[in-house]
Amino acid sequence: MHELRIAESIVQSVLEEMARQNLHSIKTIGLRIGALSGVNIDSLRFGFESIVPETALAHARLQVEEVAVQGECRHCGKNFEVNEFIFVCPHCFSTDMAIKTGQELDLVYIEAE
Amino acid sequence: MSKKIEIEKKVLSENDRIAAEIRKELKKRRIVSLNLVSSPGSGKTSLLEKTLAALKNEIRMALIAGDVQTENDANRLINAGGEAVRPIVTGGACHLDARMAEKAIASINLEGIELLFIENVGNLVCPSSYDLGEDMKVALISTTEGDDKPLKYPAMFRRASVIVINKIDLLGLSDFDMAKVKKNALQINGGLKIFEISCRTGDGLNEWYNWLRSLTGRQ
Repeated sequence: MHELRIAESIVQSVLEEMARQNLHSIKTIGLRIGALSGVNIDSLRFGFESIVPETALAHARLQVEEVAVQGECRHCGKNFEVNEFIFVCPHCFSTDMAIKTGQELDLVYIEAE
Repeated sequence: MSKKIEIEKKVLSENDRIAAEIRKELKKRRIVSLNLVSSPGSGKTSLLEKTLAALKNEIRMALIAGDVQTENDANRLINAGGEAVRPIVTGGACHLDARMAEKAIASINLEGIELLFIENVGNLVCPSSYDLGEDMKVALISTTEGDDKPLKYPAMFRRASVIVINKIDLLGLSDFDMAKVKKNALQINGGLKIFEISCRTGDGLNEWYNWLRSLTGRQ
């Protein structure tokens, strides 16, 4: 359950940004989370909701863009989506591939009221 | 009127920054570092005890042992002859982060050290998100666990470079299927190097030791 720590990191970054920009209330926090990030989105929401009451983020909503795993085959050079965590090129069946997307754990934007 | 502000930063950017510093420092000192991850009870500490006993006169090793509570693992490693062993008690946290690793590394005299082991907290989920500045992650599985473990924890097995399958002396006493676990692991990560060992009987440990020797420029 490291999502609580992740939620704390997000809250800290947002509060810092609010101080910098002189914002008082946040409506939305935009995140980008890859399927390979190791973060469970429901747990993250739960962690976030349990720490924000009484803070300036009490009314903030997490808007999560989920990112699928995309690979690039190092053998045939083609790009493909990795389904069901089968990391095999569907074109040439090579397992030698680079992960192009899916590892994201990014704070993308905040929307102030 | 609402106002949207672009931020675009990694949530764990502070962790990644510290990890990059650790990596740079270790590289400068030519220290190879391995981050050991597994479920609780797969045999991380046992593997390190065996490794210390076998190689302590050949390779200068330092060890960091993460535990949620107690310094028991670190004490086992000191008893096994570890000259530079540092415990990290996370006090409930389910993983090590780069700041904890940085602090522990800073307390070790790195002069002459060639190989650094970081024994993570027993957990295959949370440690996968935290870079500790290591060269490689080594994931352990034991034959008393499910052979579908790689499929259940793809984020970890994708990030690992090596898997060590421990307790092979117990093969046949459970439904663990060696061929299946390898197939499952390679499906997640075709580049995985695989060792099959028993810390109890010593089977397969020579291959592991030889690999450590080659990592540190021997043979």
